Amino acid sequence: MISPEKCLGCRSCELACSFNRTKDFNPRQAAVSVLTYEEAGISVPVMCMQCEEPACMKVCPVGAISRDENGAVVSDPKKCIVCKMCISACPLGNISFNPSTRKIVKCNLCGGDPQCAKFCPAGAIEYKEGTEANLGRKKVIADKFKELFGGEDK
Amino acid sequence: MYGWTGKILRVNLTDSTIKTEALNMKDAKLYLGGRGLGTKMYMDEVDPKIDPFSPKNKIIFLTGPLTGTFGTSAGRYEVVTKAPLTGTIGASNSGGHFGPELKYAGYDGIIFEGKSEKPAYLFINNDKVELRNAEHLWGKTVNETTDSLLAETFEDGRVACIGPAGEKLVLFATVMNEKGRAAGRSGLGAVMGSKNLKAVVVKGTKSLQVADNKAFYDACVDARNKLRAHPVTGQGLALYGTQILVNILNQSGGLPTRNWKDGGVFEHAEDTSGEALTSKYLVRNKGCFGCTIGCGRITRISEGKFKSFGEGPEYEAGWSYGADCGVKELDAICKANFICNDLGLDPITMGSTIACAMEMYDKGILAKKDLGKDLLFGDADAIVEYTRMTGYREGFGDKLAQGSYRMAAAYGHPELSMTVKKQEMPAYDGRALQGIGLEYATSNRGGCHVRGYMTSPEILGIPQKLDPLVTTDKASWLKIFQDLTATVDSAGICLFTTFGIGLPEIAAMIRTATGINYTDEEVLQIGERIWNLEKIFNLKAGFTKADDTLPPRLLKEPMPSGAAKGKVNQLDVMLPQYYQARGWDKEGIPMKEKLKELSIE
Repeated sequence: MISPEKCLGCRSCELACSFNRTKDFNPRQAAVSVLTYEEAGISVPVMCMQCEEPACMKVCPVGAISRDENGAVVSDPKKCIVCKMCISACPLGNISFNPSTRKIVKCNLCGGDPQCAKFCPAGAIEYKEGTEANLGRKKVIADKFKELFGGEDK
Repeated sequence: MYGWTGKILRVNLTDSTIKTEALNMKDAKLYLGGRGLGTKMYMDEVDPKIDPFSPKNKIIFLTGPLTGTFGTSAGRYEVVTKAPLTGTIGASNSGGHFGPELKYAGYDGIIFEGKSEKPAYLFINNDKVELRNAEHLWGKTVNETTDSLLAETFEDGRVACIGPAGEKLVLFATVMNEKGRAAGRSGLGAVMGSKNLKAVVVKGTKSLQVADNKAFYDACVDARNKLRAHPVTGQGLALYGTQILVNILNQSGGLPTRNWKDGGVFEHAEDTSGEALTSKYLVRNKGCFGCTIGCGRITRISEGKFKSFGEGPEYEAGWSYGADCGVKELDAICKANFICNDLGLDPITMGSTIACAMEMYDKGILAKKDLGKDLLFGDADAIVEYTRMTGYREGFGDKLAQGSYRMAAAYGHPELSMTVKKQEMPAYDGRALQGIGLEYATSNRGGCHVRGYMTSPEILGIPQKLDPLVTTDKASWLKIFQDLTATVDSAGICLFTTFGIGLPEIAAMIRTATGINYTDEEVLQIGERIWNLEKIFNLKAGFTKADDTLPPRLLKEPMPSGAAKGKVNQLDVMLPQYYQARGWDKEGIPMKEKLKELSIE
């Protein structure tokens, strides 16, 4: 889950991601990117949302992409032929190519401990079930109804 | 190469040549980078007596070994040259994302030398580096310049530039990066202007490595967790920004009011506080590169005559335009601060210089005929209008552009300038905080709060609470703070991290990133080495013990009210103790044994 309204635009997530996968610091080789809109005063962290029906998995000609036990859609580098079809197929632009390793960069949720969420200082990236995470937002709307139509507390 | 990239760009603006040179690793080990190594490199090449605006002067942009890594708030770079405002060594530090981008392009820093015949900017895209024509940008503001350059180069590049103030050699012009971040003090932007150098645009896609991946990661995780858990770095600065200090300093009786003449309690402090800023105008917090703190403010004034949008104000700007000018309108303070960002002005010196002019008008030294209108304390319109006029050197703005010392001296009243070594002191009164008075007097770049930050122990009680009203132990505390600060500024991390972490955490990151097995003591000694080198620069530039002083107001006029009522700064007690703690002689000159101990030639 991402909450752009909390994002500071610091890009700690990009650093943590790139270091975890390549032992290098290079935000441009991270599977997460923070896009900042200055005038609007907002930054949006963008990353793979582990689609229920992943286009990347469907398009992969060698069956290198599968879903693991954490629910992550992962690419197996042993099977991957780096044809880059998955990059084209992803409607969210969340797969890229690392020119120095010459491999696909695809979020794998760090084996169940995503570093981007772990090091986000603002809680803008969280690793939890979508249903659970949504409850908070539903509650915001519910609170408004409570204020509108509810009686006195107590 | 670990931590550092090992490469420096040398750009000669006179003959438009660009070379890549190897970083001197012997010096890098002794001075790290940023402020320390930048000063060493500068002193190896430039005579300290040089006129800052001479084409023979050089200006250096330099990152540190932690810049661009997972280190805490490791987005910093330093601009180093001789300072036009003070004549001391000039070194100003800035955050944002520019420094890391420079390292991803493959460089630790850039040395600019000579003077371009026509306005130029430096374009860097990894190995492709070229000087390009900037005539179409000359006269443009920081926001306009940044937008234009990103449009003609890369949407995802990073820009450092000067505004009209730098072009017009305003003595406190800044170097701005990404619009709202400043290498702010002492007028280093004017040196860029004197060289017809408008901007640097950089895009880098290379990788940085550290020496010991696991140990570095562990050190960073430990430090990041401590910062997030600490009340100042984890909550206070995030919630209210640095403006949180307005009410705190006011309660301590140390918030200088109306050019420091009305003491340290401002009756409208609440109106100009971080709490008010957050509730009225804050859009969102902003973090620099890799920062866990996020003290930056994105603020918007949606309506009224001060309608505006931008980054800030920080505490110092909020104070200089607020309490120091006696202004309570927070929207005007924000607007004046945004103009500083856009025209490339240091808001500490700008607000303080207007405050000085207000007192001169109050005392009849400045007359209506000099200004064309009144200039009274509390005039919200004046702080906005005179800031704009200074950036363009229009009318009386041309006088303000010299800073308060030269302006007041021109009218025969230098004592009304609240400066040390001609640089305006920031927002903590040295009568209410004895240690910070000593800090101002001994700072190697004149009036400055980030060359030691004695506010930390004297007000915030970090790492322990010291009584701000006494002189006891202040000299020895200050020495350690000055040394640690020099190390931090040279490593590439933000000074604000030192609220939540200390030498052990910082040393661990430097050690594991560079692979050099420094002890904690050696890391602190790097700072002491830097401090002594800066002192030597200033001595060679002609400064003496007589310059290590404070404005007469702080030494002779007792505080009129508040917690420090009746106090003056007891510099005469602390200065000899300080020289002794430093291993300097009675005239403040480093002794031979000290320099030998520090491996300074």
